[in-house]
Amino acid sequence: MRDVAIVSVAQSRHRRAATELNEVEMIQPVIRQALDQIGASIADIGFTCSGSSDYLAGQAFSFVMTLDAVGAWPPIMESHVEMDGAWALYEAWLKIQTGAADTALVYSYSKASPGDLPRVMSRMLDPYYVGPLWPDSVAYAGLQARAMLDAGAITERQMAEVAHRNREAARSNPHAQVVGSASVDELLAAPMLSDPLRVHDCPPISDGGVAVVLAAGDRARAWVDRPAWIRGIDHRIDGHQIGARDLTTAPSVAIAAQHAGVEGTFDVAEVHAPFTHQEQLVLDGLGLDDGVQLNPSGGALAANPMMAAGLIRLGEVATRILDGSVGRGVAHATAGHLLQQNLVCVLEGGD
Amino acid sequence: MAADEMDGADSSELLRAPLVIEYPFNRTTGPVVGAFVTALRNRTVLGIRDTSGRVVCPPVEYDPRTGAPLEELVEVGDAGEITSWSWVPEVREGQPLQTPHALALIRLDGADTSLLHVVDAPGPDSVATGARVRIRWADEPTGAITDIECFELDGGAS
Repeated sequence: MRDVAIVSVAQSRHRRAATELNEVEMIQPVIRQALDQIGASIADIGFTCSGSSDYLAGQAFSFVMTLDAVGAWPPIMESHVEMDGAWALYEAWLKIQTGAADTALVYSYSKASPGDLPRVMSRMLDPYYVGPLWPDSVAYAGLQARAMLDAGAITERQMAEVAHRNREAARSNPHAQVVGSASVDELLAAPMLSDPLRVHDCPPISDGGVAVVLAAGDRARAWVDRPAWIRGIDHRIDGHQIGARDLTTAPSVAIAAQHAGVEGTFDVAEVHAPFTHQEQLVLDGLGLDDGVQLNPSGGALAANPMMAAGLIRLGEVATRILDGSVGRGVAHATAGHLLQQNLVCVLEGGD
Repeated sequence: MAADEMDGADSSELLRAPLVIEYPFNRTTGPVVGAFVTALRNRTVLGIRDTSGRVVCPPVEYDPRTGAPLEELVEVGDAGEITSWSWVPEVREGQPLQTPHALALIRLDGADTSLLHVVDAPGPDSVATGARVRIRWADEPTGAITDIECFELDGGAS
């Protein structure tokens, strides 16, 4: 296996609606920053991979337009996943493993603001049994929360505590959208949004994006003093029919964690849990020791740009390794509804 | 508009276009999904037996755990039990009921897994995990999951 590291991370300041920007205008400065801060240009990049969704852009092959933000001339080698950017990073990591590239630019983005996101999200579901019912993504997530509440796997107070902790942590995150939280008691006094979920249990709707640069071996060392080495990365999926799943567990998190080499101690963990009740499911799957700093960024509850919030988790861990503030971290990204698909990445500083 | 007028453009000058969601393709449903939706047209619900003997409803083409192809379709009941639910206070276009309702997972009698559908109920206080529900069939079935118009609480709202 080749040693591959994240050497640069940039992200937008996520917000509810970047009305005055199109996707290209929104992501171009982010890509530019990721390259500029290591003194790189697109000519130094061997492979480019993006993650985005046509359903959010409202246009087929929308990612092709967004290549304008990269500057794809002379022609570049590139690919795209209709998934969170964490999976675009996985593809880029594989590409570097094959030897077909030594460096990669990975970015992902979305503008959810033009549409009704909870409704658009239903188009991701099984088109025969589920799609024709147009279930909105909040009520859909509520099925998982209810299953956990009924099983005693979590309480409404614990869910409010997750919201409070993440959004308080976001006070130190310059990219966050929802910063600070009312007290847990005040949160619990709020009415239900979609029983059993209150507003605080749900992620914000965000426009935004993220870009990272990957490099192998000496190329990474030449760019930065302290590359964030990818020591393990794996992704797994649970069955797509939620009625045939035990919704109080997320087995694919545990399998991905095992294959990514999640063992020993970590300084920091960034987990991608858009709804409060999901954080516990991810942590159960990761099986981390106590003492790990959890979601210092505020996680997806503080900013949740679709297609980007997972890659941002990897970026948040890598940023802390690159700046020397932590030595070892684990990042988790999810895709689909109800933690259907999960990616786990172990990142480590050092030579 | 002249380029110098672009600076500081207020929101009334922003270009806007409608965002239309559609999936303009037809699919063939195959031997399992096709059998299920055809049975719905006849007001019957089918599940399928997996390799461990469980009845999966709605039926899947492959065993969720082993990936083995599945073939043994079995009829299940038109009533069952809510295994999880959430409340939909704001109805969206396309949803089966145009009044606030419950989204629910329902394990039909004779099945071991749950089907997603909606439950017609007056409010969240009348819905509970474990509650019995029964299919209300659409007047004119078309061979789709929406041939089940919704589920009703057995014995009316509690």
